Order: sequence, then structure tokens, then C-alpha cells
Amino acid sequence: MTGISYQAKRINLKEKVFKKTLTLSAITVVVILIAIFFTLLINSMPSIKALGTNFFYDKTWDPVADEYGALPFLVGTLLTSFLALLISTPFSIAVAIFLGEYYKKGIVAEIFKNVIDLLAGIPSVIYGFWGLFVLVPIVRAIEMKLGLPPYGVGIFTSSIILAIMILPFSVSLSRQVISMVPAHLKEAAYSLGATRFEVITKIIIPYTKSGLFAGLLLALGRALGETMAVTMLIGNTHEIPTGIFSPGNTMASVIANEFSEATGKIYTSALVEMGLFLFVVATIINILGKQVIKRFTLS
Amino acid sequence: MNMQIEKQIAHRNKKNKAFKGVIIAGTILSTLPLLLILFYIFKQGITAINWDFFTNLPKPVGETGGGVSNALVGSILILLVSCVLAIPVGIVIGIYLSEVAKSRLAYYCRLAVDVLQGIPSIVIGIIIYEWIVRPMGGFSAFSGSVALALMMLPSIIKSTEETLKLLPESLKEASLALGVPYYKTVLKIIVPTGISGITTGVILSIARVIGETAPLLFTAFGNPFMSTNILKPISSLPLIIFNYATSPYNDWHQLAWGASMLLILMILILNIITKIVQRKWKVQF
Repeated sequence: MTGISYQAKRINLKEKVFKKTLTLSAITVVVILIAIFFTLLINSMPSIKALGTNFFYDKTWDPVADEYGALPFLVGTLLTSFLALLISTPFSIAVAIFLGEYYKKGIVAEIFKNVIDLLAGIPSVIYGFWGLFVLVPIVRAIEMKLGLPPYGVGIFTSSIILAIMILPFSVSLSRQVISMVPAHLKEAAYSLGATRFEVITKIIIPYTKSGLFAGLLLALGRALGETMAVTMLIGNTHEIPTGIFSPGNTMASVIANEFSEATGKIYTSALVEMGLFLFVVATIINILGKQVIKRFTLS
Repeated sequence: MNMQIEKQIAHRNKKNKAFKGVIIAGTILSTLPLLLILFYIFKQGITAINWDFFTNLPKPVGETGGGVSNALVGSILILLVSCVLAIPVGIVIGIYLSEVAKSRLAYYCRLAVDVLQGIPSIVIGIIIYEWIVRPMGGFSAFSGSVALALMMLPSIIKSTEETLKLLPESLKEASLALGVPYYKTVLKIIVPTGISGITTGVILSIARVIGETAPLLFTAFGNPFMSTNILKPISSLPLIIFNYATSPYNDWHQLAWGASMLLILMILILNIITKIVQRKWKVQF
């Protein structure tokens, strides 16, 4: 009898330990995230105090003269990301319709699904390397034709690579959303004599509008924080880009290039502040996107 | 009148066909970059890969026969340590989320995981620099591992949660009804049943971080020599691809192409393994 109650006690103890471990590890994730935010905030305090909002208005980034204005990088980040989104959206919608409506199952769908997945799997640094040797010469030739200075690298080149890189992210969501359109809606339209084109443009796209938007939002979040490929292709100048073919710089690539060599409190802190900005923007976009999807799947 | 309607229908049918053509063309065009990239990298990389490539250290510019052995060892070491760090924690959190699906903590935990997944990789680099590199006084392989582990966590957690959620309640109830304690039910019944999904998630998370460069820039940092000390800076494949690709020397570009091909092959193999695991050990009820 005592043996059994001893055993029961031991099991109870193990049970408690197990449940505590589960809860504790779940708390850990939340704590890590909060710690990340505060680490960024505390380490960017010197720059926030010294520069204030000027940080985002000032056009000159000159560490030697102790001047830190992030405007050129802010412009570079926004320009490359939105241009990439603009380039990739028609393609991502096409692939999403292809996989979500025309070819939902079967060998063709499998092949294209795997190819798109693989596109997401290629490391950023390899995109950059390939871009440097294949895309840059092509862009340079285009620039010569247009009579522009033939840099090859720049906003445009980075945007193309970014467009390729973010495509899988918007496709994976949009495809799911499109395949979730209730069959009775489509069938109703078909029974009225609608063609498939009309069903897609008049039923599927209006119905999935918010889901497609969420897909684009998540892709934008990816593009804003993308580092290596852009660093290799954007030209890394500290001036505000004057056009889509001019070289520039993004926040992520400035951090990548200068963080390990940054000396001086404000210099390092200014770089961390850019990290904080990227973190906050990416987080907002992420949560917003997730919220839109949630509302879509609930309706 | 009839003619007009027929004309209209023919017009609509034409539009329908044209649209399908546009969609197919757009899809094929979207897959073109992948084929071009793979083709180019294999074309350039195949000539770089030989025995020396795997066994030698990088040589100074002008000397032939350099290899990437240090980066290969470095990559494997960094990944092993990050697996040790991320896999147990990730699985445990995944279990929590699937078991205690509706608590307030689960909601915040899920939110945190989503946010964590969306953090730009360069920001992870900064964080680990402030958390580990600065206090320890220098770049180290270990800090690189922590950075990659942090990036692996979300996908391990999510795949574990999603796999375990699919398992039927009856499985758990049967075990509990036999008097098996809860922790044993979870560890010996639920987790083993969902092991294929969990494994798939783990392998995919490895494939995802194996090519990460940005978080390693200020953590593992790189090292021109062979090193197996996890407290010292270490080289890795993505780091040398970045350094050599942006160098002006042809010999180094050659090494970088070889390393790129190696990296892509590893990612392809990891992806194929997940497909096999999924097919062989499919969870079915």
C-alpha cells in the first residue's frame, strides 16, 4: 500500500514538473520578445536623446562629422520595398490564381508549388551573388541604352531581386485564400452563364480582396527587412536616391555594412535605432496582416 | 439580334481563353528566375568543386587549390549547436500550444511566435550582439548559434503545434483511461505519433537558416582559419559567399560559386528528406 502511494506521489510530482516546464517555456518566448524590444530601445536611447526626430529628417549621414540622418536610408528602404511589391504583385496574383483556381491538384500543381517553395528556400546571399553577376550587367546595358550613368547596381536592380524573393510569401497566402472561396458562390455564377474569367474577376477576387491584401502586406514586411541581397546590389551610397536607377542604401544594409565597425556611442546607437525602426514596422505589418487573415477566415 | 448575342458570347469566350493564357504565362515567368539561378550556379559551381575544395583552407589570391573546409566545418558546427538549443525548447512550446490551446498565455505566446518570425534577420544579429557578443567580449561561434536558434524557433513551434493539433482526442483519452499519467501520455503517445510532422518542421527550419548571413555578420563574424572552438569567431558558408562574392578577385568568386552550389545542394537535399519523411510516416487516422 505504501509502495503505491509512494509511486502516486512521484507521478504527481513529475506531472507538476512537466506542466510547469510547459508553461515556463511558453512564458520564455513572450519574455524573449519583450526583451528584444527593450534591448533595442535601451541601446538606441543615446541616439534618440541626441538626435530626436531629426534622425528621420536629416539628409546627411556622416559618422566622421558625427552627423546621423537616416532619411536617405528611409527613402531607400521604402523605394526598394514598394517598387519590389509593384513588380511582384501581378506575378504573385497570377501564380495564386493558377494554383488556387486553375490547377488546384495534380502533377502540374505539385511541380509549380515545389518550384515556388524552392524560390523561398534560396538564401538571400545567393540571390545577391547571382544578381551581381547576371542582373547587374543586364541593368547596366539598359542604363546605357537609356543614356543614364551605367552603375548597374542601384534601387532598380535591388527591387527586381526583392520582387523575386518576396513572391513566394504573397503566393502562399493568396493561394490558400483563393482556394477557400465557397464552391456555391462560384457555381451560382457558372449557372448564370458566367465564364471562368468572369467568375475569377467578379466573384473570386472581390471575395478574397482582404486576404490578397494580407498576402501583399506580409510580402512587404519581408521586403523591408531583407538585408544581404540588397546590400550586395544597391550600391551603398549615403545620398538620397534621385531616381529608380540611382544607387542608394537601405536601413538593413547600412546596419549590415557599418555595425561591426561602428565606433562611438551615438554612431552605434543610431544604427540600433534603425534596427528598432525595422523591428517596429515589421511587427506592425505582421500583426495587421495576421488580423486581416483572421477576419477573412472567420467570415 | 441572335447574331449579336453570339458575337458577344464569342467575345467573352475569347476573353476567358486569353485570361487563362495570361495566368499561365505569368506563372511560368515567375518560375523562370529559379531555373536561371539554379542553372547559373550549377554551371559556375561545378568547376569549382573538387577534392581540394572540401579539404583545403582558402588560399591567398593568385594561388590555386584553395577550399572552404573551414567554412563547411563552421556551418555544421554552428547549426549543430543551434539545433541543440532550439529543438527541445521549440517542441516543448509546441506541445504547450497544442495542449493548452485556449489560455491567455497561449494567445500571447502565439502572437510572440508570429512576431518573432517576422523580425528582420539583421535585427536578430544586433540583438545577439548586445546579448552575447558584447558581454562575452568578442565574436563567437556560439553567439551565431544562438542567433540561428532564435530564427529556427518559430517554425519548429508552429509545425509541432499544427501536427499535434491534428491528432484525435480519442488517442489521448484512451491512454488516460488506462491510467497512464498525463506527462507520459504526452511524451510516449502524442509526441511519437506526431513525430513525422515535428521532424519535418525541424528539418525545414534547418534548411531555412542554413543560408542565413545577416545574423552571422556580427556574431560568428568569420575566420580565415580552421576553428572548432565555439567561443571563438568561426567561418561559415554564407559568410564566405558574401565576402568572396563582393571581392574583386576571380579565384575567390570561383570559391564563392562552389560554396553557393554546395549550399543549394544541402537545401535541396533537406527539402527532399522532408518530402520523404512526410510520405513514409504520414500521420493518418
